[in-house]
Amino acid sequence: MPDQRVVEPEYLLLEAPREKKFITGSQAFAEAVKRANVDIAIAYPITPQSETMHLVGDLYAQGYVKDYYRAEEEYGAMSAIAGAVRGGARAFTATSGPGLLRGLEAIVSWPGHRIPVVLGVMTRVVNAPLSIQPDNIEISYLLNAGLVVLHAENQQDVFDFTLAGFVISEKVDVYLPVVVATEGFFVTHAKGYVQMPSEDMKLPPRDPYKAPVPPTDCEIPPARIQRDAPVQKSNFMSYLIHAVWQQEVWSANRRAMKWIYKYLGGPVEVVNPDAEVFIVASGCAAAQGREAQRYAEQEGLPVGLVKVKSLRPFPEKEVREALKNAKAVIVPEHNIVGWLAKEVKSVIPNSGIVIDGPRVYGGMTLPVELIMEEIYKALGIKKEKKTVV
Amino acid sequence: MAEEKLITPGPAGYIPTPGAFMGVELPPPGKALLYGKIVDEEVAMREAAKAMLTRRNPTIFPGPLVLWGWNAAAMEKAKAVLELAMEIPNCRIIPMPDYRPKYPKIDPEAEINPNHPNLTILHNKIEACIFVGVHCHYANLSLRMIRAGTNCFTIALCAEMGHEDAMVSLRDVHAEEIRRFKDVLVQVRNELGIEWEPKLPPENPSLPKEDWTKISPLDFGEYAALLMPRKGEIVEETE
Repeated sequence: MPDQRVVEPEYLLLEAPREKKFITGSQAFAEAVKRANVDIAIAYPITPQSETMHLVGDLYAQGYVKDYYRAEEEYGAMSAIAGAVRGGARAFTATSGPGLLRGLEAIVSWPGHRIPVVLGVMTRVVNAPLSIQPDNIEISYLLNAGLVVLHAENQQDVFDFTLAGFVISEKVDVYLPVVVATEGFFVTHAKGYVQMPSEDMKLPPRDPYKAPVPPTDCEIPPARIQRDAPVQKSNFMSYLIHAVWQQEVWSANRRAMKWIYKYLGGPVEVVNPDAEVFIVASGCAAAQGREAQRYAEQEGLPVGLVKVKSLRPFPEKEVREALKNAKAVIVPEHNIVGWLAKEVKSVIPNSGIVIDGPRVYGGMTLPVELIMEEIYKALGIKKEKKTVV
Repeated sequence: MAEEKLITPGPAGYIPTPGAFMGVELPPPGKALLYGKIVDEEVAMREAAKAMLTRRNPTIFPGPLVLWGWNAAAMEKAKAVLELAMEIPNCRIIPMPDYRPKYPKIDPEAEINPNHPNLTILHNKIEACIFVGVHCHYANLSLRMIRAGTNCFTIALCAEMGHEDAMVSLRDVHAEEIRRFKDVLVQVRNELGIEWEPKLPPENPSLPKEDWTKISPLDFGEYAALLMPRKGEIVEETE
């Protein structure tokens, strides 16, 4: 392990020279953790996040991470993470699929507890029958908890979102967990090019006193919320304190947006803003959407792409602005419920232009041709289907 | 036509809409919030001063970050708060010593609590107040509840980035900035023709006399539990 010098987040994230490496998504998570001055990592490894936490375990062995252990199971891991963070540590963990759901009760309490932490989520299907394949339906379970949720398209995003995630989560006006989700296998186990600053630099350590709540004070809620309950009485004041507490979590979530602009260049990326037909996608589907946009451009078709990087806070204004002249909106997704299509419909005035799909699930890949079919339909172009036997 | 004021004294109603939901954004360094709009610090300070000088029962609510002598900066900040209080005619100081719920036994003359701050505001008929040294999360809860249920003009002197739900919110406020606010307040007071000889606010009548030469945890009364271990503690009031 090289000696690491502490540098300002702005330098590390935005200015430091970068080198190109060819690594997996799991390695990208670990490379970000390596530069994040992480105090503790706790996990119960489940496929497909297993490799990430194994690599983070190696970082502990090498001295980059100060403490590391395997919890009893995900509920224990997520609860222990909360304790470590309340105690002033900077922490990282990761999970996926059924593991995420097992830890969910603890995870959704993090925002109310004001726990700044980074959680990697490598998506896999959660439904029975059991599968370990990429299907991002589990992200929908995370969208209404107050968490900041970023969705990485590729290995580069994984690295950038994770490193920036630590910085954003610890901003005093945010102080919420940041989830960095990406598709298991497609991203975590596949290699891609990643530009990274040198590993001899790291973020400044966490300052637990620069916080909107006092650290490690077990006498106050939420630590003692079960005993001196302000919220368990049946009267108006009890309801009101819970109401304004929830409001504070979601206010903090909105405040994260300006930091997403600062450190990630904004919550969306728009390609060909003057197009008539737009593909709106996040995560791995954005990579396929990008290819479809490129195909369409080669064919001279007026197609653009809106890649959504931040699912929470959701870029309502930005999506509305990008789609203000769109005639049709195609939302390809890796899940059956179409949670992104619902989000998009909810923020534009003319939701009828949104085409639900194409969607694939259960671990299926998302061929670019499926998106192209929707583009042709939207533009009224008839293509003959060739059957090759 | 005057610019719309987004954040004004309440009562805003049954459930308040947070400033952040209304599009209020925290100010950049060097700026302040006035009624939810970003303005120059001086402008916000003058409006805050006017409120503290002209509205009924002006009160300062110091939080743990100035009440307890964590470090030299906290002690200096506490001194600056007292200097400010001395310049506000008939100002009171009611502390927010901690954040634990004290339902239903709060003494509204002795303290303010973030879980039901409106009780203290309403009991004392406070129409202008300053939050200083309160952790941002708890200040935001309080500011929102006060705006929901009272007509109090709220001012937040924040050491961090500020508060959307206060009528006036200054950011990066430490001892030096509090003294600068005090100077502005004295200037506004003179402009308004209010005569006042600086003096300390009255002692909080609900708090016991303290002898700092012979202090023990038990002198902290119900707060002793904050200093002492919990082993063997008996919880008598639960629901």
